[in-house]
Amino acid sequence: MSLLHIAIFSPFLMAILVPLFYKGLRRIHTGWFVLILPIVLFTYFLQLLPVTRDNQAIQKSFDWIPSLGISFTAYVDGLGLLFALLITGIGALVVLYSIFYLSKEKEKLHNFYVYLLMFMGAMLGVVLSDNLITLYMFWELTSISSFLLIAYWYDRDRSRYGALKSMLITVFGGLAMLGGFLLLSIMGDTFSIRELIAQASELNDHPLFLLALLLVLIGAFTKSAQFPFYIWLPDAMEAPTPVSAYLHSATMVKAGIYLVARMSPIFAFSEYWFWLVGGVGIFTLFWGSFNAVKQTDLKGILAFSTVSQLGLIMSLLGVGAAALQFDGIDDNIYTAATIAAVFHLINHATFKGSLFMVVGIVDHETGTRDIRKLGGLLSLMPITFTVAVIGAFSMAGLPPFNGFLSKEMFFTGMIQLLELDLFNLQTWGLLFPVLAWVGSVFTFIYSMMIVFKTFTGKYQPEKLEKTPHEAPIGMLIPPIILAALVVVFGIFPNILSYNLIQPAVAAIIPSLVEPGEKIPVHISHWHGFSPELKMTIGVVALGAIMYITLNKWIKVYNIFPNKVTINALYDTSLYAAERGSYTLTKSVMTGYIRTYLVYIFVFFIGMLGFTMWTEDAFTMDTSNLAPIGIYEVALVLLIVLATFTILVAKSRLTSIVALGAVGYTVSLFFVIFRAPDLALTQLVIETVSVALFLLCFYHLPKLSRHEERMRFKLGNLLISAGVGIVVTLIAISAHSTKMFESISKYYIENTYDKAGGENMVNVILVDFRGFDTLFEVCVLGIAALGIYGLIKLRLEKKGGVIDENK
Amino acid sequence: MVEMVMKFSLICFSFSMLGLVYRLIKGPTVPDRVVALDAIGINLVAIIAILSMLLRTNEFLDVILLMGILAFIGTIGFAKFLEKGEIIEYDRHR
Repeated sequence: MSLLHIAIFSPFLMAILVPLFYKGLRRIHTGWFVLILPIVLFTYFLQLLPVTRDNQAIQKSFDWIPSLGISFTAYVDGLGLLFALLITGIGALVVLYSIFYLSKEKEKLHNFYVYLLMFMGAMLGVVLSDNLITLYMFWELTSISSFLLIAYWYDRDRSRYGALKSMLITVFGGLAMLGGFLLLSIMGDTFSIRELIAQASELNDHPLFLLALLLVLIGAFTKSAQFPFYIWLPDAMEAPTPVSAYLHSATMVKAGIYLVARMSPIFAFSEYWFWLVGGVGIFTLFWGSFNAVKQTDLKGILAFSTVSQLGLIMSLLGVGAAALQFDGIDDNIYTAATIAAVFHLINHATFKGSLFMVVGIVDHETGTRDIRKLGGLLSLMPITFTVAVIGAFSMAGLPPFNGFLSKEMFFTGMIQLLELDLFNLQTWGLLFPVLAWVGSVFTFIYSMMIVFKTFTGKYQPEKLEKTPHEAPIGMLIPPIILAALVVVFGIFPNILSYNLIQPAVAAIIPSLVEPGEKIPVHISHWHGFSPELKMTIGVVALGAIMYITLNKWIKVYNIFPNKVTINALYDTSLYAAERGSYTLTKSVMTGYIRTYLVYIFVFFIGMLGFTMWTEDAFTMDTSNLAPIGIYEVALVLLIVLATFTILVAKSRLTSIVALGAVGYTVSLFFVIFRAPDLALTQLVIETVSVALFLLCFYHLPKLSRHEERMRFKLGNLLISAGVGIVVTLIAISAHSTKMFESISKYYIENTYDKAGGENMVNVILVDFRGFDTLFEVCVLGIAALGIYGLIKLRLEKKGGVIDENK
Repeated sequence: MVEMVMKFSLICFSFSMLGLVYRLIKGPTVPDRVVALDAIGINLVAIIAILSMLLRTNEFLDVILLMGILAFIGTIGFAKFLEKGEIIEYDRHR
């Protein structure tokens, strides 16, 4: 247990204390106590920067289940630290924001902060684990805590719907990912990511490689809201805004990005990886931005924009895999895509976090998030407006903000693909820059919508629930800090280059980096009048025109009917699954014992018959059979006659008597086969049970005493004949294949010598194997008590209506 | 010779059993059937006795005794049932 482990577990420990603070110190907002932790953690992780700057890593191990090779190995390298800083840094800002956003009096703060801290700890665990199983454990913890946070206002229908949806989709992905991890561990014989990376080239040829790749990618895509799994994210917007800002823009949705980046050294040599990650990412970018424009809810826009930006990062990570096809990093221009991915990851966390907080402020101060009701808030909320402008312009990719730089680098990465002669890129590669450019145009449009539809235009006070005014300063500080970062990273991008981006990129493509070497990361504003710049100009020009003429072409969205969306698919498939399993259960579980007996017997016949058939098990050996005497034949005829009478008898009474006849004949068989004890017992028992049957018959209600023959059903005949035939065949075969001698000789020899008895049956019952007898006695005792209870205990008669089910 | 006799008597008892079974199935009233059943029990006693002689064992004498008791109890039970409608009466003065 090192300091690093304590740092990762501290949010969980803190979560235990939160309810105490909440109950004990009601006067102070619980958030203030919580705030300390992420700040401390952030400074702690900042301290580790000098280590990772030189591409070094810290590894601390802590045994969990050593016998299974599962340990909690914390591993801090550039990539892990970058995420840890994002989680704790933005976590601190979000906690600060939530202190002002959630009211002390009305909200259940202890729930909120417990969930939030759980999430923070889980997320730290995900990004700092080296062990696949530990990673998966924390991964599921993020899913669960996110589920709890989305449904924070659990009395709302939409919240519960959104929480369930996100839970189903992310847990589906999580399980797929676990499958991938297990395959990886089978392939590499280790759970450690580090050791798997070391044998990456051998894993590539393994037959399970492709399956593992697919499963891990499903996990990453569901968590990071990639096409077609993005549908949970817009519905997760029912969560409180601090949650949306933290989970659904900056951290949890980046867990998938993290996973893809982390697994890149293992999988990225594969063509499938390139096409799946790159292709799905770029399509998600386009699809998310395209759909964002039609949203009318500010958080809806931001949700789709998050989907789209995550697609951007994902596609860059996929395209960055191309760099691995070349050796060395000196003139390897394809590393640019990976650098852009990491840079945009940071940028997106800053501007998207601030935008969510801005939307939260607008919602908090006006009572609505609907852009059709908002407008003209510019003069009322100048600071919020400024932050929104910075965030949205950065998202649109305008200079001098950081989004501009990462968008330029994104275009660079996509254009470079055109020169690549790999993976059939000559034919389909053109799609990448085209989709990227179209997606950027839509990104520009919705970014402008966020700013101008909210803050400019006509002020409509009559549609607002509250009188809008500027937010309290505490609520403004976090978005201001983030906006300041947007500007600072925009103007001085190189403070990030070698501190954060280079180590992270080195962790994503370690095979290209010699020890002691560094990947050249230099982000420049002006790199000549290049195609990227022309593309950006094109984006701004076309985007501006389209934004102005938005009302003319917004009808385009009506072409796509609501029924063919993925949401509708999700809803109908969920409904169909429920209906389907209901109908299936309903049709299979009829409630009739008769049906279940049919299942059991058909299965019995099928199973045993099939085994007999396939194993060719039927044998018949007549060598050890005894001669048949006349009495046996007579008794067999008698028993057959009695059995037949049971079946065809018209009245139940006849059946009962015939059953008694069968029983007595059996006792005669016992006589003939020389079993006096059995014969005695059989006689008594048969008498008693016939008497009991008569008792039951006597008490039958008059109405149902049908004096009619059992009805004939062909199915029943076939099944009963089948059971009889199968059992007979098995009995014959079993008798014909005697593997070894019986052990009865021992009893014969020792009944008198060792046990001191002459009746062998009784000696076996009470001496050699008396243990069974004890429990047979128990069975009889229980049966007797049960019958007594059934007769005596009549709850419903004691004083009116008492339902036994209660 | 003795064995032949015993086998012959077994066959005789079997035929008499058949006749009793016929009465049991046919017997127009319940008392007819009960008497037939009782006689079947006694017949069984005889059969078992002869069988144990044939098998040269005295282990089945218990069975014979038991058959006798059971046949008696069964017949008494039936008789009481036919008489009073129940076998074990409910004691009011407990």
